[in-house]
Amino acid sequence: MKRRSLAAWGALLPLAVIVLIGYVGTVLWTVRTSLSTSRTFPKDDFVGLQQFERLLDNERWQLAIHNLAVYGVLYIVAAMLLGFLLAVFIDQKVRGEGVLRTAFLYPYAMSFVATGLVWQWVLNPDSGLQNAMQQLGWKDFSFDWIVDQDMVIYTVVIAGTWQGAGLVMALMLAGLRGIDEEIWKAARLDGIPTWRVYLSIVLPMLGPTLATVFTLLAVGVVKVFDTVVAMTQGGPGTASDVPAKFIMDHLFGRANLALASAGAVMLLLTVLALVAPLAYARSRQKAQGGH
Amino acid sequence: MSKRKSTSLWARVGIYAFLLFAAAFFLLPLYVMLTTSFKSMDEIRLGQIFALPSAPSLDAWRAAWSEACTGVSCEGVRGGFWNSVAIAVPSVVLPILLGAINGYALSWWKPKGGQWLFGLLMMGAFIPIQVMIYPLVKLEAAIGIYSSLPGIVVVHLVFAMPIMTLLFRNYYASLPSELFKAARVDGGGFWRIFVQLVLPMSTPMLIVAAIMQITGVWNDYILGLTFAGREHQPMTVQLNNVINTTTGERLYNLNMAATILTSAVPLLVYLISGRWFVRGIAAGAVK
Repeated sequence: MKRRSLAAWGALLPLAVIVLIGYVGTVLWTVRTSLSTSRTFPKDDFVGLQQFERLLDNERWQLAIHNLAVYGVLYIVAAMLLGFLLAVFIDQKVRGEGVLRTAFLYPYAMSFVATGLVWQWVLNPDSGLQNAMQQLGWKDFSFDWIVDQDMVIYTVVIAGTWQGAGLVMALMLAGLRGIDEEIWKAARLDGIPTWRVYLSIVLPMLGPTLATVFTLLAVGVVKVFDTVVAMTQGGPGTASDVPAKFIMDHLFGRANLALASAGAVMLLLTVLALVAPLAYARSRQKAQGGH
Repeated sequence: MSKRKSTSLWARVGIYAFLLFAAAFFLLPLYVMLTTSFKSMDEIRLGQIFALPSAPSLDAWRAAWSEACTGVSCEGVRGGFWNSVAIAVPSVVLPILLGAINGYALSWWKPKGGQWLFGLLMMGAFIPIQVMIYPLVKLEAAIGIYSSLPGIVVVHLVFAMPIMTLLFRNYYASLPSELFKAARVDGGGFWRIFVQLVLPMSTPMLIVAAIMQITGVWNDYILGLTFAGREHQPMTVQLNNVINTTTGERLYNLNMAATILTSAVPLLVYLISGRWFVRGIAAGAVK
């Protein structure tokens, strides 16, 4: 038995090093730095939660958090709703299912950078959609959100939804296909309308799939960075700033290590708050299932 | 499925109308990219983004590949393409190999304390990159690989570990445990069982893992930007530089050709792999 563990641990050594140094070590380092006054170089002093107070008073951070919340809620709702509808409609024995699935999912294979750039062009009022519609004779057509400080974050939602809805569709469709055909027969016998079956019976049965999709999307929200950099560079001004970009700018551009670290810790706490309830629910489910 | 009530004609029309409208929304950016990339700048200035190119030309594609400028150098995105290839090959092979070894060791050998390591790793999957990025820069600088090809590969390895280990652990755990017992009775050691029995059975997971790593590494921006250094800038970073740092008139045809070129590898992987692609997402999602 001893030797058995030894061989396996030998093989797991690289993983152990990665976990202990790459994950645990770096997180501890960042937490420690967030409690210091480090600027360009790490410092060893200790100032408690001072950086967090400064962060919460920082207007740019407030805006970034606000944008993240707006983006997160709208993106998750839009992607899940659109993805679910697409899955349900595709599930109606339509022709050309393969082509449709490909059309809905291909954006997911594209990078966030490409996604941001593409939508930057389509939504650019001077050369994109607005201009084209005006050229076609619709003179009053106006769609200039991407250069509007108050609306720009919604354009990021559009790009994000375009990129991510296909993923929701694919996972939901797999879930729908896994539902027992007997349920449909029973509902038919009882004369329940199709939409009712989807809403009251099928959707609750897709609970685990919904939880998975939500987790995937939510983790993606917190990470949002590339899309914004490519699409708006955080602008106009700092109107479409997000926490990830704020942190990167303060780490590498503005040399404010401690403040950036405080932001990173806040981001980590946000993720934990999102993931912990789901992980807890799942572990309880498992415990119940095991007995 | 055949037992479902046949829906009315109007319902069918509604279903197809919705699906076609949705397809138009999803395909619109691709259509605009493609058509614009074949137009001349004179035609683009007319501002009709939906019009087909009147005289399709490959000039913009040629220019994007070999003449586009980033800052002072004008060598196109081909440099970035080869950088991305150089980054992707080791960043796909090493994490998959290590992930398979980890998964095999954790699921078949179950060493004491292994579940703790795995638990930590799974929590690590949720840590935002920004929390880890600066200390990783410092660590790499300390051992002298920051801003180099090994530097970016190591970082990809670190960030790929949770998903790669999870994929293979779950896959190996689903195989019958009799296989393992029989191999042990036959006197197989850790590595011999891995190489002769486990690896040959892993083809489906190797494909799924390869699809995920290729698209993930190729589409990465933030890690390439931070860790690769100027000499090894991946294609995504170069693309963003070409487009967002150019001064003067924006060469839309060139920009769109460059974007398609940058997206070509993951798109091809997606189109060729088909359902495997979805399987990868689904496998990764079951955490």
